[in-house]
Amino acid sequence: MIVELGHFALILALVVALAQTVLPLVGAHKGWRGWMAVAEPAATVQFALLLFSFAALTWAFVASDFSVRLVTANSHTDKPMLYKVTGVWGNHEGSMLLWCLILAFFGALAAWFGGNLPDRLKARVLGVQASVGVAFLAFLIFTSNPFLRLVNPPLNGQDLNPLLQDPGLAFHPPFLYIGYVGLSMSFSFAVAALIEGRVDAAWGRWVRPWTLLAWLNLTIGIALGSWWAYYELGWGGFWFWDPVENASFMPWLIAAALLHSAIVVEKREALKSWTILLAILAFGFSLIGAFIVRSGVLTSVHAFANDPERGVYLLIITAIFMGGALTLYAARAGGMQAKGVFSTVSRESALVANNLLLAVATFVVFLGTIWPLVAEMIWDRKLSVGPPFFDAAFTPFMMALALLLPLGSILPWKRASVSKVMRPLWAALAAAFVVAALAWVFGTGGTLIAPVGAFLGAWLVFGAAADLWLRTGRGDLSGKIGRVLRLPRADWGRVVAHAGLGITFIGIAFLTAWQVEDIRVAREGETFRVASYDVTLEGVRRVQGPNYISTMAEISLARDGREVARLTPEKRIYPVAGMPTTEAAIDNGVFRDLYVVIGDPQEGGGWAVRTFIKPFANWIWAGAIIMALGGVLSLTDRRYRVAAGVRRPAAPTGGVPAE
Amino acid sequence: MSIVRALLIWVLLSVPSFAVEPGEVLDDPVLEERARELSKGLRCLVCRNENIDESNADLARDLRLLVRERLVAGDTDAEIIDFVVARYGEYVLLAPRATGSTLILWIAGPAALLFALLIAALYLRRNRPVAGNASLSEEEKARLKELIGE
Repeated sequence: MIVELGHFALILALVVALAQTVLPLVGAHKGWRGWMAVAEPAATVQFALLLFSFAALTWAFVASDFSVRLVTANSHTDKPMLYKVTGVWGNHEGSMLLWCLILAFFGALAAWFGGNLPDRLKARVLGVQASVGVAFLAFLIFTSNPFLRLVNPPLNGQDLNPLLQDPGLAFHPPFLYIGYVGLSMSFSFAVAALIEGRVDAAWGRWVRPWTLLAWLNLTIGIALGSWWAYYELGWGGFWFWDPVENASFMPWLIAAALLHSAIVVEKREALKSWTILLAILAFGFSLIGAFIVRSGVLTSVHAFANDPERGVYLLIITAIFMGGALTLYAARAGGMQAKGVFSTVSRESALVANNLLLAVATFVVFLGTIWPLVAEMIWDRKLSVGPPFFDAAFTPFMMALALLLPLGSILPWKRASVSKVMRPLWAALAAAFVVAALAWVFGTGGTLIAPVGAFLGAWLVFGAAADLWLRTGRGDLSGKIGRVLRLPRADWGRVVAHAGLGITFIGIAFLTAWQVEDIRVAREGETFRVASYDVTLEGVRRVQGPNYISTMAEISLARDGREVARLTPEKRIYPVAGMPTTEAAIDNGVFRDLYVVIGDPQEGGGWAVRTFIKPFANWIWAGAIIMALGGVLSLTDRRYRVAAGVRRPAAPTGGVPAE
Repeated sequence: MSIVRALLIWVLLSVPSFAVEPGEVLDDPVLEERARELSKGLRCLVCRNENIDESNADLARDLRLLVRERLVAGDTDAEIIDFVVARYGEYVLLAPRATGSTLILWIAGPAALLFALLIAALYLRRNRPVAGNASLSEEEKARLKELIGE
């Protein structure tokens, strides 16, 4: 019964979304206040209905109602409760419901906290947001309905893919979806502004927190996914340039560009039409991502069960929204004239450079991702585009970005002089060179990856510190400290996020350059040496888990005769799903991870053992989390809490009508 | 699910959990290092987007052994890649060669950057602060002097 109610609520949500699309948009066009006023309650009702629908599906999973097809296919009574709940979104249908729920949630948030938006703009934003909802709810109901029943329910389910029964992956999708779907808000604001025909500083201020919220969740989601791949797949890779990873990375890059260009709109009323274009494209890449993940056009390690019919539908959704928005853009963007002018050396120019590099980097990732398709369709060439291509073609843009960033973040608006701005940065530059020299001396490998990465990372971190130092002004130390503590959160956010990027750079460079790997057959009780560690395979035993059987090894690692870590890597087999998984055991450290994996028993006795020493591995994700933290700080800036609604006196007349 | 049955399934499904098995590793560390580097650029043909160094599939293992065989025989890296491509087609390369239509893929990034820089330069020129705006004209200077009482 609850399942049917959930199903009914889902259909009702589609109807409400339809009303929320049509009435406010027509109302805003005709100037009918009554019709426009439908948007707000409709957004709330749509969210409430989807929340109930999602709760109903969750209930079916928790109660193991195997008469629901989706539960049978993805759950089992023996599965731990945590994974019964996360199993709701561990499959195509459920994750699509989560997607719709988050979409409606963002709509509701805009309705609840958008009190300061002009009525007409608000009605349009909510209407556009609901139109996206209509498309996805229809997709969900007609091609991937999660509430379908089975005529003959089985006694037990088929269990969730064991790879998904993991805390890292269990919470990876919600963050990722908040990111993907959050960009729909930027899209709605962009389209509403195009319909409205005006973009001003106030618009920049309204659209930025939504983008920031989406971006920081996307950052966390990508970091979780990468971390999961690191410890779960058994060889400690953290990024594979897989189509599905690229699908999440492209919106992230574009959202990062959008964050920065929205600042220019907000502070200087320039780059308006470019910012609108980025807002449209950012969500466009979210849609393309959904298409890549769910259509199976591009083979990937972790795509959902694929279905061409769904792929076609998603492609149509993408085509309609992108085609519509870009047509509107082509018609209206010309009317958006920049008010703020700036010279070649200025913060505006630096942000333009940031945007160019991020946009071109995104283009490279996009082209590489779809190139196998293009080559096969046009030239009938079957080829692969993998990590070696992306490493070579993508990295230079990120290096250029890192080189420019510390300089750009302290350049003044409008007009600046490089020599003046460099003055506080010379110390940071020198310190970065020292770090690079240290990396060169300590690294024995002779590759340039470590020193170059160390230089760029340190330059970002010290540059962020210099940025902060500059804000302290003159005077004695206590005055400086007081001023630093009273800095707007947005300044702190910028500094923290930029430093986080530097930390990620350092982690990637050192891990890539200095990783030590050892593969061998070891007998129980045998000790062998890997770098400066003595590794002992103490023993191997069978362990029965709740829904798996495990071969668990006990491995101790000692350095200079002192035990550093005792690890228990496992090989698990999930009998219901019939799948083996490797559970690497990791001793996490600030400067190195010790990473051991147990393999199969060997014919001549002994076990295959893989030992890795992974320097600075955690810096990669720590940097990402610090970046996200910077996003949170910036999001809680006073101007979004207090001043967001207060239109600056100049704003109403400042807008440039397109007509 | 009884333990016996589960164990039976375990045995049946037991697949190599490692990419590179200890038995495959070459004795010469320099050759082994080259083998690992080459393996990272070659695709496992039956897998989804994995290189042969990371893959557990049998075919990937065969390719790894082939690469090592050629290395021991004294082939250069380029010769080995040519050999593998001749056998399996260019699909096996994870970084497609910059020849023919694939050249577009390789130069698209730098070309896009140049194009973007050009657009940006034009935009900057158009939106440059009007020249002379910053400094005052002679007339204005005179008026200023007058105002501040010089």
